[in-house]
Amino acid sequence: MFAYIIRRLFYAIPILIGVNFITFALFFMVNTPEDMARAQLGAKQTTPEMIAAWKQERGYDKPLFFNTQANAENKVIDTLFVQESIKLFKFDFGQSDSGRQISADIYERMWPSLAIALPTFIIGLVTTIAIALLIVLFRGSPLDTATMILAVTIMSISGLFYIIAGQVLFSKIWHWVPISGYQPGLEGVKFLILPVFIGVFAGLGTGIRWYRSIFLEEMNKDYVRTARAKGLNDLSVLNGHVLRNGMLPILTGVVVVIPTLFMGSLIMESFFGIPGLGSYTIDAINAQDFSIVKAMVFIGSVLYIIGLVLTDISYTIFDPRVKLS
Amino acid sequence: MIHKPKHSVLMDKIGSRQHSPNLLLTIQFFIAIVVFLSVSYSQASWNDPYSEVNSDKKVLYSNFGTPPKHLDPVVSYSSNEWAFLGQIYEPPLQYHYFKRPYSLQPLTLKSMPEQHYFDEQGNILASDQSAKAAFTEYHFYLRDDVRFQPHPAFVKQGEQFLYHQLSAEQLQSISSINDLPQAVSRKLVAADYVYAIKRMALRQNHSPILDSMNQYIVGLKEFSDDISKRYEEQLKNSDKSVKVSYFDLNAYQIEGVKIHSDSHFSIKIKGLYPQFLYWLTMNFFAPIPWEADKFYKQKGLVEKNITLDTSPVGTGPYYLAENNPNQVMRLKKNPNFHDEFYPDDGLPYDANQLLLADAGKKLPLIDEVVYTLEKESVPLWNKFLQGYYDASGVSSESFDQAVSISSVGDIALTDQMRDKGIQFLNAVQPSIFYLGFNMADPVVGGYSEQQQKLRQAISIAINYEEYISIFLNGRGIAAQGPVPPGIFGFDEGSYNPYVYKEVDGRIQRRSIDEAKSLLAEAGYPGGKLEDGTSLKLYYDTSATGPDSQSRLNWYRKQFAKLGIELVIRATDYNRFQSKVRGAKVQLFSWGWNADYPDPENFMFLLFGDNAAINTNGAGINSANYDQAQFNELFTKMKRMPNSEERLQIVQQMTEIVQKDSPWVWGLHPKSLVLYHSWLQNVWPNSLANNTLKYRNLDSEARADKQQRWNQPVLWPIVLVVVLILLSIVPLMYAYRQRQMVKVGVSVNLKQRGGR
Repeated sequence: MFAYIIRRLFYAIPILIGVNFITFALFFMVNTPEDMARAQLGAKQTTPEMIAAWKQERGYDKPLFFNTQANAENKVIDTLFVQESIKLFKFDFGQSDSGRQISADIYERMWPSLAIALPTFIIGLVTTIAIALLIVLFRGSPLDTATMILAVTIMSISGLFYIIAGQVLFSKIWHWVPISGYQPGLEGVKFLILPVFIGVFAGLGTGIRWYRSIFLEEMNKDYVRTARAKGLNDLSVLNGHVLRNGMLPILTGVVVVIPTLFMGSLIMESFFGIPGLGSYTIDAINAQDFSIVKAMVFIGSVLYIIGLVLTDISYTIFDPRVKLS
Repeated sequence: MIHKPKHSVLMDKIGSRQHSPNLLLTIQFFIAIVVFLSVSYSQASWNDPYSEVNSDKKVLYSNFGTPPKHLDPVVSYSSNEWAFLGQIYEPPLQYHYFKRPYSLQPLTLKSMPEQHYFDEQGNILASDQSAKAAFTEYHFYLRDDVRFQPHPAFVKQGEQFLYHQLSAEQLQSISSINDLPQAVSRKLVAADYVYAIKRMALRQNHSPILDSMNQYIVGLKEFSDDISKRYEEQLKNSDKSVKVSYFDLNAYQIEGVKIHSDSHFSIKIKGLYPQFLYWLTMNFFAPIPWEADKFYKQKGLVEKNITLDTSPVGTGPYYLAENNPNQVMRLKKNPNFHDEFYPDDGLPYDANQLLLADAGKKLPLIDEVVYTLEKESVPLWNKFLQGYYDASGVSSESFDQAVSISSVGDIALTDQMRDKGIQFLNAVQPSIFYLGFNMADPVVGGYSEQQQKLRQAISIAINYEEYISIFLNGRGIAAQGPVPPGIFGFDEGSYNPYVYKEVDGRIQRRSIDEAKSLLAEAGYPGGKLEDGTSLKLYYDTSATGPDSQSRLNWYRKQFAKLGIELVIRATDYNRFQSKVRGAKVQLFSWGWNADYPDPENFMFLLFGDNAAINTNGAGINSANYDQAQFNELFTKMKRMPNSEERLQIVQQMTEIVQKDSPWVWGLHPKSLVLYHSWLQNVWPNSLANNTLKYRNLDSEARADKQQRWNQPVLWPIVLVVVLILLSIVPLMYAYRQRQMVKVGVSVNLKQRGGR
């Protein structure tokens, strides 16, 4: 397995170079370094001298992919793409275009993101599986039908609606929780209740339908019939057999998400005033801050690759038949 | 015989049923929750977003929508940043809080700067000969009682600064500047102001006004070129970045900026530039102690985002106690703030005289200000209604809930707002949003009478009164020329005679028929070209979102009134800017906010030398208007102090541009601010950035209303508990029934098999 993981990590290098290349190409297709300088320096009183100085200081005066002025291999090496990519692979994210340390910002902002994403993920997963198991237990009953209708309804409504409705109902009308805000530590729990609840609720529809179909598929398998034939009641069959065997397909979708949890949620963080990473990338795109954009895309890619590797590893844990080689 | 207590018997009965102990525990759990909630009911509001409760202190709660990028006064040029910087730094001058027209007064000076005039040879001129001046020298005399906020950069141990070379160990234990154990203050000296100008001159600091000031301050350009080059060499030799490489600016002098003593410095500028004094109200000219500059260049601090750009050091009424631009910014009262008192003059006679209730009191009146990042309008508005923000703007979503507009366009609060004691402030901003014609364009540009008439016809057709009503909920007034209300040169009684006329004593927009006849005279009868096809004009815009479609359709309809087809060319903001700079547009919308209250700050948007086409895209005259008489008058007016003669020149210039119509004059927006009854001394002053020190509030009244407005509603919790309990019972029953059916089936099968 160790060799497999090492091999997968080596495979990741060309993927990351490719992602980086696309990021550079797309960003500079839309924004020129001059545009970026103007966005940072402001529209008023900006002169060509100021723009030139700004570009030079940040290395944006270099050609993007090919330096015709340089010699030999420097034609490729002495370019913005190669110079910045080398720093990224060393996880040296440097400064944002507005002058802040990106590593410090990411470190500071990942905790609030995790504070929402982790409980939402865990509570959401447990709740969804529990409800899916419950309706599998009562499959074919009016409860099953009603839950499916409810699930489809929940799925059909925009997440934004839940946020605004939740804020109006729980904070504005019933005054239960603050409408938005954040504080670190235990003081912050009151700020997290509503976004976590809404995050869990908004994800119920999709999760219930998906897990229900997984569990129903398992329910029709021979081992379930055998278990029943042995005299086990439905609850024992579901908990002891169906849930365990159903975990494999669930893991496929779940483990890959875990490392990316800290990237946060844009809408949720924005509406609830959570100073997380969710809005960091979008704010950077709006501010044309390429240093942040490239760092966040790179981190996102790395985390996704880690998630895929973790998924593979988790297969071997839950299904002894799977061997990584 | 043992008698069990009654409740025990009851418990036994309940306990005798299957699964009942679990049910009982569940019931007890929910009862405990209800009891807990009931107890909590009497405590502080659950939805209070603030943890600190300190009624002894006056704390103002506000918000910000965009995190500040720069808090270095030499770099910052954004209103959302100046909202903080204005309270922390003190440039030499400030605007009087009440007086209109806007009036300057000393802030850290003993008196207004002395002005001396010199001819080319350096001979001093009498004041009445100032018009001939080749140079003007301003002399500044500082007050003796101005001190910086306590800061670690000033702490000395013997002759050495204690924290100018922080060790790795010291750095490890700090996450903000307040974590360093010692902080002391220092008196403000003239060198601090001069140092700020020197920092501005350092090209690597990217001051947005350096190139403007290079034109005026004697020797600044040469100084800037010299030190920027030296600094560049220093950076190359040390292989350090700008952030961590300190450059000793004290070793170099600007020819026109002199320190005469600790409390006296002078700035010499070229020629006459009366507007220079307005620049001295801006943070670019706020004092910077060199110790702070050097202190913040330490690598360990920069890596923690602790720099002069994030942790200001000022002499103002407040200091930045917490800087988390992604969450909260906290200002606290500067314990060293000098004597400054609430003004007792300048308030217009028709204004609320309660605004003078604090006259003569020492400033600032509020102890602490907490700004919370609030990106979305819905939570912001609701928090304001709950009393957790002391003031708020009004977004379009909440406009109808907050404000009603009368048939004559007057703004009033709704009953709901009045019941809460909310008040509002409504003032025209010194800004203009206009639709520009590219004067270099062969169709809409040009200065011939026919071309003027085409633009005049379009100016009549675009009904900005309607635009303000539909898209701004009445928050604006139609502009008559480039100069907004409140700025010298704006004439309240006059109107643009090419777009409006007086009928029965009322000013009204000229009719579409008049516009059509102008269009015909321009050579486009019925909006048609000679070949009978419709005149097609192109409108470039960066408004590409779905929200913008209704506005763009409205513009199309305005042009369609004249038979002109308007083609919208939507693009991203970068391309749009680039096209405007390159004069590759025909029609475009743009705006300008006043930097200072002078007509020069608006007229220069139409000055020929500033035309984008004449400056390779660098100029701010995006319409490329270049009219000889206007240019001549502008050059003359620019050098003049406000006087009757200057007023006449401004009016003459306005008439010229009204006739030429390089812009459809558009609108001057109105700000609308709502505030709670406990917030006091709220007065509109769009140009001053340091007005927080005048605010006052009644924190007891606020706490009382917050408590009353935010009592938690408990019945939904009880309802949810009951529903959960009610649903558990049938589910358990159904499950047991299913199990029994299966058992029954299997028993039957066994019995059959047995036979």
